[in-house]
Amino acid sequence: MSTPAAQLTPSRANLLGTSSAWSAALPFLVLLAFGLAFPLFGGGYWGVIATRACVYWVLVSGLNLVVGFAGQIAIGWVALLTLGAYTTSVLVAGTVTPELSPYVALAIAAVAGALFGLIIGLPALRLRTFYFAITTLGFATIVTQIALAWGSVTGGGVGVAGPVFPWPFDSQWGFYYFCFGLAAICTWMTANIASSRFGRALTAIRDAEVAAEACGIAKPGLLIAVFLFSGAVAGIAGGLFATLQTYITPDAFTLDLSVLFFIAILIGGRGSILGPLLGTMLLTVLPEFAAPLVAWSTFLYAVLLLVIVLVIPGGIAELLDFKNRRPLETHRAILPRPELLQHLFGSMPQGSALTLKEVALSFGGVRAIDGLDLAIHPGQVHGLIGPNGSGKTTTLNVISGYYAQQHGVVSLNGAALPLFVRHRRAHMRIARTFQTPRIVGAASVLENVMIGGTIDGAGTFAESLLSLPRHRRDEATLREAAMLALATVGLERLAGVRADRLQHSELRFTEIARALMLRPAFLLLDEPAAGLSPDEITRLGALIVAIAKAGTGVLLVEHHADLIFDICHHVTVLNLGKTLAAGTPAQIRSHREVVNAYLGG
Amino acid sequence: MLQSIILSGLAIGSIYALIGVTYNVMFSASRVFSFTAGTLGMLGGVLGSLFITRYGMPIAIGFLLVLIGGAIFGIITEILAVRPVLRSIEQHLYVLSTLALALMVQQLAAIEWGTDARPFPRLLDLARGDFDQQYWLPMLACIAVIVGLELLYRHTIIGHAFLAIAEDAYAARALGLPERRLRMASFALAGAIGALAGFAGGELLLAFFGNAPMLTFYGFIPVALGGMGNNRGAVAAGLLLGLFQQAANFEVGGIFASVAVFAVFIIVLLVRPEGLSGGALQRRV
Repeated sequence: MSTPAAQLTPSRANLLGTSSAWSAALPFLVLLAFGLAFPLFGGGYWGVIATRACVYWVLVSGLNLVVGFAGQIAIGWVALLTLGAYTTSVLVAGTVTPELSPYVALAIAAVAGALFGLIIGLPALRLRTFYFAITTLGFATIVTQIALAWGSVTGGGVGVAGPVFPWPFDSQWGFYYFCFGLAAICTWMTANIASSRFGRALTAIRDAEVAAEACGIAKPGLLIAVFLFSGAVAGIAGGLFATLQTYITPDAFTLDLSVLFFIAILIGGRGSILGPLLGTMLLTVLPEFAAPLVAWSTFLYAVLLLVIVLVIPGGIAELLDFKNRRPLETHRAILPRPELLQHLFGSMPQGSALTLKEVALSFGGVRAIDGLDLAIHPGQVHGLIGPNGSGKTTTLNVISGYYAQQHGVVSLNGAALPLFVRHRRAHMRIARTFQTPRIVGAASVLENVMIGGTIDGAGTFAESLLSLPRHRRDEATLREAAMLALATVGLERLAGVRADRLQHSELRFTEIARALMLRPAFLLLDEPAAGLSPDEITRLGALIVAIAKAGTGVLLVEHHADLIFDICHHVTVLNLGKTLAAGTPAQIRSHREVVNAYLGG
Repeated sequence: MLQSIILSGLAIGSIYALIGVTYNVMFSASRVFSFTAGTLGMLGGVLGSLFITRYGMPIAIGFLLVLIGGAIFGIITEILAVRPVLRSIEQHLYVLSTLALALMVQQLAAIEWGTDARPFPRLLDLARGDFDQQYWLPMLACIAVIVGLELLYRHTIIGHAFLAIAEDAYAARALGLPERRLRMASFALAGAIGALAGFAGGELLLAFFGNAPMLTFYGFIPVALGGMGNNRGAVAAGLLLGLFQQAANFEVGGIFASVAVFAVFIIVLLVRPEGLSGGALQRRV
């Protein structure tokens, strides 16, 4: 007889993994076959269009990680296409350097693209959405102006001839296969990223940045990797574009092109690879069907963008997501299996308490916390109650680094926790949930839970790009742990469902499963019972008790007094940022002031 | 030379400042930055040239029609691109919807008006001089708008209502203010201001569809540096930007001037993302 965990997870996880992997790969295989066979039925001009679609996709595939996954509104990516095109052409022409081979020039263009991708992207780490959009727009205008003005290198308005690749890529179909091959590689690499912990972390930054930080995801490092990659493929696309055009002038790099790239992604749908791929093909081919459309193409793209934003924000990807159109069972009970915790947690290292000493924080004139002492011990449930505005959530936010206390210390194992650096909390195994669940709605429940284990991966971004063994091992481990966490909270049957289709109570348990992925030494729960049915609250209580029994110190902020008194070892009552009372549930229940002020006679 | 740097700098700066004010008026009413701000400036030039030069209308009538055209586009922006996404959970959709609308109008101008820069009529029958109307008209427009807005906000009941919406739209609605109509009025006002910027600066910028992205970018710099919703900051930053750009233009040439402006913009923003005048951080958790 095997353990319940062994019974459940490997078989299910594998089943879910392989079958969905195959159905996800199918459309790509069809496109691959179509692309390989294309020269058989399309001739002449259609060859140019097909090559152009491939070149565009090389760029869009990288931009897709920036726009579709990380959610950064990068409009001016044509700047990098321009850079790549001129770098390759000028180096091959040999006007300023010795003549280089087109392959070497293309590699240099990739490096230059990566560098400038980083420069264009860096402001995104500090600026808000619209600001970043505007700076990328600025880059796009300026690069074209430079190309026009720097005549000695770029040929100014006259332009420069594009590079010609040697045999076998010098013929039309030869060059087509070259571009098609690169496009296929880009598809494969970005799909690897999309299904890796990095891809999930990007969507978490996009849709639930606060939760991403709590899971230990450091935005700067991740975005830098994405901008480098995206810039490199854009540089390569530029070189290919120059060859395709045979001759380039600054006029070739209009903002319209940038708009095409950007809109292809949004029409395709954010957080998808297939959608933007189809979007790119659609937008490249669309104007060719009717000659008068060419002048109107950008206008039509803009109309499409508006329609997409207003009517189907999910884009093509959502239209193709048949799996999530199947109705879910209407009466679904959440049945946690706390006994699985020991398999999920394994052996937990024993630490000492998480303590707050004389912590104070005011917002303007309001003292939100006013000299608070608190100790959360491993293996115990510590309840934090009090009326609205008494400082409960603020306390939680100080511990997890969203606010910096102005006075006092929060310390773990005797060492003070650094102020602010939120994502480091996860490395110290401090996990939390939120008052309103912070979930990536467009990702599946399983993926949401896997986000919680992001910091446990060993592979690097580059390893994930190429799907090297460490990446695959990470994925298998994370998937298995996430299935186990889902089974523990009783949601394993919903693993493959889009999270935004879940009921409120299921989102609460999903957040707990995500937090459990850290095997937390301390778990901070912010009103986990809010909106739950009485049955669910009972099961939640049992789950929390089991989590504490497994060695985790739990801080429970709650309004449900019954739950608090049933499961807590220790209760602190806050009022106006100060401790009104502290003690065992029995002591608190008979504390006169507490009963009068808060619990009611 | 110094004189012409200052004159053209202040003139261009006034146009940037006015586009900045256009951004701000829309932002105050809706918390939305709209990509259509620069498009409005472009429309001011193109429509002015269309009405006066091509259709031969009297200048006063043409001017009035340009303002009305801008106001109408402002209202269309509110209805099509802002209102539908304000209630959406996805907070950044407005960037995309206003971008789509801006692109549509820009492309429409490129197709119907043409992609060449065309001359803008001389508005006043005065002799050309050093202190020419092409310089002082934008400055005058800028002064008029700023004084007008101050009077509107401080001394009229509708101005107070605008301020209330800008301060706290939720509370304003609870007080019974017609938030939606006030927002539409703000967008109409912003539309007229944007069109005025393009019209007054028509002789400098010409009637050119490509002014739209250019003004969208350079008009946002005063907003970013002056602080969101801060009109005085926008005017000061706009004038500074104009002077800096023209000085760089004369000293090192056009292209490197744009690069210099851009570099300064990025660096300032990276050092002080909240603008030079400062602002509060948002509560996130």
